[in-house]
Amino acid sequence: MEDLLKVRGLKTYFYTYEGVVKALEGINLDIYKGESLGLVGETGCGKSVTALSIMRLIQWPPGKIIDGEIHFNGKDLLKISEEEMRKIRGAEISMIFQEPMSSLNPVFTIGSQIMEAITLHQNVNKKEAEEKAIEMLNLVRMPDPEKVMNQYPHELSGGMQQRAMIAMALSCRPSLLIADEPTTALDVTVQAQILDVIQRVNKELDSSMLLITHDLGVVAQICDRVAVMYAGYIVEIGTVKQIFKNPQHPYTKGLMNAIPKIHVKTKRLEVIRGVVPNLITPPSGCRFHPRCDHAMDVCKKKVPPVTKVEEGHYVACFLHGGAK
Amino acid sequence: MKLRDYIIRRLILLIPILLGVTLLTFTVSHIIPADVARVFAGGEKANPETIARIRAEMHLDDPLYKQYYYYLNDLIHGNLGKSYSENRPVVDAIKQYFPATAELTVLAMLLAIPIGIITGIISAVRRNQWIDHVTRLIAITGVSIPIFWLALMLQIAFAYKYPILPLDSRLGIDVMAPKHITGLYIFDSLVTGNFAALKSSIYHLILPAFTLGYASLGIILRITRSSMLEIVRSDYIRTARAKGLKERTVIYKHALRNALIPTLTVSGLIFAGLLGGAVLTETIFNWPGMGRFAVNAVNNLDFSSVMGFTVIMAIIMVTANLIVDILYSVLDPRIRLGE
Ligand SMILES: Nc1ncnc2c1ncn2[C@@H]1O[C@H](COP(=O)(O)OP(=O)(O)OP(=O)(O)O)[C@@H](O)[C@H]1O
Ligand code: SF4
Ligand SMILES: [Mg+2]
Repeated sequence: MEDLLKVRGLKTYFYTYEGVVKALEGINLDIYKGESLGLVGETGCGKSVTALSIMRLIQWPPGKIIDGEIHFNGKDLLKISEEEMRKIRGAEISMIFQEPMSSLNPVFTIGSQIMEAITLHQNVNKKEAEEKAIEMLNLVRMPDPEKVMNQYPHELSGGMQQRAMIAMALSCRPSLLIADEPTTALDVTVQAQILDVIQRVNKELDSSMLLITHDLGVVAQICDRVAVMYAGYIVEIGTVKQIFKNPQHPYTKGLMNAIPKIHVKTKRLEVIRGVVPNLITPPSGCRFHPRCDHAMDVCKKKVPPVTKVEEGHYVACFLHGGAK
Repeated sequence: MKLRDYIIRRLILLIPILLGVTLLTFTVSHIIPADVARVFAGGEKANPETIARIRAEMHLDDPLYKQYYYYLNDLIHGNLGKSYSENRPVVDAIKQYFPATAELTVLAMLLAIPIGIITGIISAVRRNQWIDHVTRLIAITGVSIPIFWLALMLQIAFAYKYPILPLDSRLGIDVMAPKHITGLYIFDSLVTGNFAALKSSIYHLILPAFTLGYASLGIILRITRSSMLEIVRSDYIRTARAKGLKERTVIYKHALRNALIPTLTVSGLIFAGLLGGAVLTETIFNWPGMGRFAVNAVNNLDFSSVMGFTVIMAIIMVTANLIVDILYSVLDPRIRLGE
């Protein structure tokens, strides 16, 4: 399969008063054309930072991408100018966020916010932009799009706000959509609808997706592949089938045991013993070792290398090699 | 229509507010154990007949509620009573003093609001850089330097050491006041083409307006800076950046419009407060405005003037609040007036 996005050795730190938060410690990640990759992991493991790093939206201060490469369509996003990056944001890579209410500007109408994205990246006049915006709202099945164009965010329900966000993000037909927990803030009934919209529209526009979520049920339902993150590392990656049927990393296994059945929705993933490590003073070696039932001496000393389980399935754990 | 109804409703609210305010000041001024009539008649050696005449004129022998009734009746007819210390109707005194204060206030705010907002934004955008430190210093000194001290320092510097600016009230003694149109000298002299008065009144305004503006600027700068700082970290600013907008558009379109909401409120209240007369500034610069009028009235037990001042202030405050609320609803669509 063809690579759309190729992340190598991505390191992002936050320089805070309490110390340096080592949020990403060398992330490797591929996203193929047309696929949907799930990114799962406990709160604070660095999912959002990964997404924002790809968009180059880590704000300095306090955050900074200190190393790595992000190849997208043959360009290293970390090497191009801010101006070039601006042309990619919103046009080729778009992002939607967890809180639709606070992610829309309260003082502008939905229509003007969507049209702003369209006129910014496409050579269209106001009238055409308006038509396109309405077309997008129709695509995300927004009820009464003409009316919504002139409404303000606070006049819409959470689900409609998120539909508007999706319409805005996809209005320039990006080749990659990053969705950071797009349904977490919504009612359960609305969640399913929004997921359905994302999945359908994404297919229709033939874009790839990085879907960040806590919900393994959602991953099983929507994604082709899944990457499991733990404390700034990708600890396991593979197809949904490989990860769900044959998890290798002790942390992934913990996650899988936390859901009795795949299609039953779970709350936050927090059933693995112990607590999420502090990323200012993270555990040495394998960052999972204080919580791991299989921890060995070497786990405390060295970072486990990535090893291949089978084609497309990789894991970073000394149980699978590298431990001598 | 809804906006009009809202404005009317708010203006009707003025009635209970004025009742409350007048009742309060009326009561306070009448329980003060001072023989007002004697004071106005000339003090200890006053002629008893004069005192009696004044008492009758002021209805001082009637019961309090009756006096209050007389007062309200006059007020409804636009009569604020007679100022004994000025020896003319209170309305006339206010007509003279208010434009002086208004001119000073408007100029101070014209200085404080734009500069405060712009420096507030720059300070927030360039957080912790040298320009931020400089503007924060301005803000801190603006709100913490006592106004009388600043006024005195400015006078020493620009009126005594380097005498380039005058201190004698609103106009030089050798300059004819412009023909009275609004009472705002700059405006009147411009309209009548009296350039001597124009120049002189501008010169006279610089120091007091700067003094007054400096303190307000500090407040406006701080509020703009802190709301900007909060907003640039908000989710919708992240969305704006994720769209691919230029940082300039992100700040001046998406952030500023939101940040101006608290700034507007504060500016409106400062403005209204200053219209009541900045007592210290007016006193130090010998400025014949509302603040000085009010202080004089209090010192002279001139209660009808004090009450007149209070009534005017109440009206200004209510109107200012109303205007702020209307502007508020223009800036923030979440606020719908009259619903
Ligand atoms: N602006 C910031 N300043 C300091 N630390 C930050 C900042 N943003 C993120 N971090 C830190 O980076 C780490 C990863 O955070 P991130 O938001 O990526 O977690 P997440 O996996 O998205 O969690 P959640 O599931 O709660 O959204 C956390 O330890 C967090 O405290
Ligand atoms: S490397 Fe060691 S500590 Fe880490 S998950 Fe594997 S066995 Fe556990
Ligand atoms: Mg997150």
